[in-house]
Amino acid sequence: MSIRVGVFICHCGTNIGGIVNVQEAVEYARSLPNVIFAESNLYTCSENGLSSIRNKIKEYDLNRVVVASCTPRTHETLFRKNCELAGLNKYLFEFVNIREQCSWVHMKRHDDATLKAEDLVRMGVAKASLLTPQEDLSTDVIRACLVIGGGISGLSASMALANQGYHVELVEKKDKLGGLLRDVNMVFPTNESSENLLGPLIESVLEHKNIDVHLESELIDVKGFIGNFTATLRTDSKNEEIKTGTIIVSTGAAELKPEKMFGYGRFDNVMTQLDFEKKYKSDYHGLNRVVMINCVGARIEERTYCGRFCCITGMKNAVLLKQANPQADINILQRDIMAFGMVFEDYYRNALGAGIRFMRYNVDNLPEIMGSGNNAEKVRVYNELIGREVEIDVDLVILTTPLVPGKDNEKLSKMMRIPVGNDGFFLEAHQKLRPIEFPSDGIFVAGCARYPTEISECIAQGYAAAAKAAIPMAQGRVITDALISEVDPLRCSSCGRCINICPFGAIDWADRKAPSGETRKVALVNPAECKGCGLCVSSCLSGAIQLNGFNDEEILAMVNSVIESSEATF
Amino acid sequence: MTRKAALVIGGGVAGIQASIDLAGMGIKVYLLEKKPSIGGRMAQLDKTFPTNDCSMCILAPKMIECSNHENIELLTYSELDELTGKAGKFKARIIKKARFVEEDKCVGCGECAEKCPTKVVDEFNAGLGQRKAIYKYFPQAVPSTYVIDTDHCRIFQGKKCGICKKICKANAINYKQKDKVLTLHIGAVLLATGFDLYDISPLTEYGWGKIKNVITAMQFERMMCASGPTGGHIKRPSDDREPARLAFIQCVGSRDIRHKRYCSAVCCMHATKEAILAHEHCPELVSKIFYMDMRAVGKGFQDYVRRAKSEYAVKYVRARPGRVIENEENQNPILNYEDTVNREFVAEEFDMVILSQALIPAESNLSIAEKIDVDIDEFGFISIPEALVNPSGTVKEGIFACGFCQAPMDVPDSVIRASAAASRVAEALSCYS
Repeated sequence: MSIRVGVFICHCGTNIGGIVNVQEAVEYARSLPNVIFAESNLYTCSENGLSSIRNKIKEYDLNRVVVASCTPRTHETLFRKNCELAGLNKYLFEFVNIREQCSWVHMKRHDDATLKAEDLVRMGVAKASLLTPQEDLSTDVIRACLVIGGGISGLSASMALANQGYHVELVEKKDKLGGLLRDVNMVFPTNESSENLLGPLIESVLEHKNIDVHLESELIDVKGFIGNFTATLRTDSKNEEIKTGTIIVSTGAAELKPEKMFGYGRFDNVMTQLDFEKKYKSDYHGLNRVVMINCVGARIEERTYCGRFCCITGMKNAVLLKQANPQADINILQRDIMAFGMVFEDYYRNALGAGIRFMRYNVDNLPEIMGSGNNAEKVRVYNELIGREVEIDVDLVILTTPLVPGKDNEKLSKMMRIPVGNDGFFLEAHQKLRPIEFPSDGIFVAGCARYPTEISECIAQGYAAAAKAAIPMAQGRVITDALISEVDPLRCSSCGRCINICPFGAIDWADRKAPSGETRKVALVNPAECKGCGLCVSSCLSGAIQLNGFNDEEILAMVNSVIESSEATF
Repeated sequence: MTRKAALVIGGGVAGIQASIDLAGMGIKVYLLEKKPSIGGRMAQLDKTFPTNDCSMCILAPKMIECSNHENIELLTYSELDELTGKAGKFKARIIKKARFVEEDKCVGCGECAEKCPTKVVDEFNAGLGQRKAIYKYFPQAVPSTYVIDTDHCRIFQGKKCGICKKICKANAINYKQKDKVLTLHIGAVLLATGFDLYDISPLTEYGWGKIKNVITAMQFERMMCASGPTGGHIKRPSDDREPARLAFIQCVGSRDIRHKRYCSAVCCMHATKEAILAHEHCPELVSKIFYMDMRAVGKGFQDYVRRAKSEYAVKYVRARPGRVIENEENQNPILNYEDTVNREFVAEEFDMVILSQALIPAESNLSIAEKIDVDIDEFGFISIPEALVNPSGTVKEGIFACGFCQAPMDVPDSVIRASAAASRVAEALSCYS
């Protein structure tokens, strides 16, 4: 059958069309070998553009489609699906990026950008002509979820899944469920005891027939892939293997203990908010003069992020102190007050109304704590808004610190190949639209493991992660991309480089019988775990590994086509 | 009879995400949107903080996924008329408004709009620029079907015209199309009606509507967008000149007991984003953001603000400007403010002023709440009585809410709340059956 390529070039509004001469590129595409049809679209991804592709596939009997537009990161699935709708194998589609890799980086050189777009299209057509149909892989999904961490996020996720009939394995390294919230006395904005919130929830988790709780258990290994993970737990120095289809990471975070800051560790009456809640519970006797310092260890060079809810925690304790002792003098030294939204702004207003005094300090001129022996006596602060220094006598200084990433994050990150960001918290797949997913399929994140998160939001994230985990389990099977690597056992020299380099642990040794009857070890790719990144291909010294959809022949066709007839000057 | 089906009201990013999640769990979803296209407010944004992703580029694939999903039925340009029954067996009556363009015939070519003689102020572009009386809501609308605005179309005003009907090769124009009434049987309802922009004309001190070079953040957003009314060029409305000095005034109508006492939760970040993008558009441009508290609380937000200061010539001034007047010679707005940190009263001239106007819950919440018998609070947000433990539950069993209609929140939080609500809806539906 002859190769019949259709080329669709996108204006992307003015993103591409404002720089690249799209019409010229279309004319050029028509002159390329195997190209039967070419057109431009204002937005190829709009319903108009997509239906045009489908119609042209039928009208011109196209058997390869090239779209030159934005990035496969956001749009490849869409265009592939669209080809499928028109009856074309989705792997006969080739994406050419002429926005990020052309119009956006050559904004000021319109003519050259057009020539480069033509080069890129020519390369795409050369590759497309060699593409072969591929079939996706389907795997069954075990209808169970492993929830790592029994804090408020993990408890919420477990309940949500169990109530929908999925089996849950909840792992907690401590001897009790509840996580960090156990140390909290009262919760905002209702100012009720944390026990009221946790008690009934823990009870229903422990009683639920679909939830197995593993206390004092440590996760020591995770293998496998979406639908079919095997986790190894160690409880009482005994190892146990658990089969699960999905995983939710809800390992929480810890309060920053600000050693050596503001007299912490030196004065007995300088403590963090959580220290305060644990020590005093609700008995505030003798606390008549209290100063809180916000943003301790947060929003500074070493730790740039904001703790999100610490302002509100401070206000909560301030209001509780004030309610217990209306004569108490409570000062909060703050930078910005993060009372975002409706509930917190009202909470802030209420704290102001209760007579809590807020004083703005500057990070370049930090408050000072003075005292004698192990007792802090005075706080000196430069009040930014009145422009002078103020001294306040104190019985107690409370330092408001942010949550910091859990100690196990690095270990879990390596074990499950899930990323951790610069700040040490787990890094989601996309900050805006995939906030609780990881790039690896079947693994999700909820609560403070991802970023400091207030209780109501932790609960919401627990439910949200449950929804994400429920999707593959409801469907019962997952489809994995066909563009994965394959080892030619005859050429494999058994060096093992690919096994070491694979970030997804998808390659392992396998025995192979040679015709002589001898058995030797060769590398073998597990198709369900391979993400098609290509690292193994480039690491292989024997040229034994090829990546479907990016094999040597296809890549070289692109390279040859650009070397042979490039007109652009770079 | 109990059905595993849900009605999602509102086709913004929250409604879209919830629909995709529910559909993924095998639940039939009817996604109701009163506008001609799904996409909501996020479709109006140029880029998004803190990654500066092109908003449409990340939203469009989700919109298309909704329209292609076998479990999702899109009901655009449609409104809820009545809801009866109880959790597990609701009956919803939907009015599918006539577009006067047949959905199955229109190919979205746009020739009708090109030839239509009637120009109308473009709501999607926040009042900047014009569209025609037959129009597509925005270029990447889903569905891409055109619609006739009967308030302005000459035919519906009793005048002679009919150009669109004559010109349409697909024969899709039907001036006699009638509203359709649909009855849906569903087990649960999810509200995701989003937000509207607070009318700031009573805040006369800032001169909006009088001083040409004072515009709102949404107008500025459309101005910076490549598919917006100026093709992505930042121009002063008074003289089309490129501005060099921008002032952003925060909390315009928010955190203000005369108007809305709550914090709108997104404005600190969208002002920062707009200042960064403006500097990218015009490298000489400098911005000042006038704020009370810089509420950069989300993941990556503090670093974003740091970058704005160090790389994009953005200055933050702690002040709540009292008045904006116009320099009559050059139409420059002049801000009168007290710099509260340096304790100085300042009158400073800018080329343009951008107002971060308060956001309010969708105005349609009032009538929807009445029809489905849920509570709204004094501002019109959908009441969530046990917000702490049951973040999506309304006062009525089987009816849930997510996104900005329940409380001010940004896109990532709305997306999380949408998935959370989807989980609650799925759980509820499995209990009813």
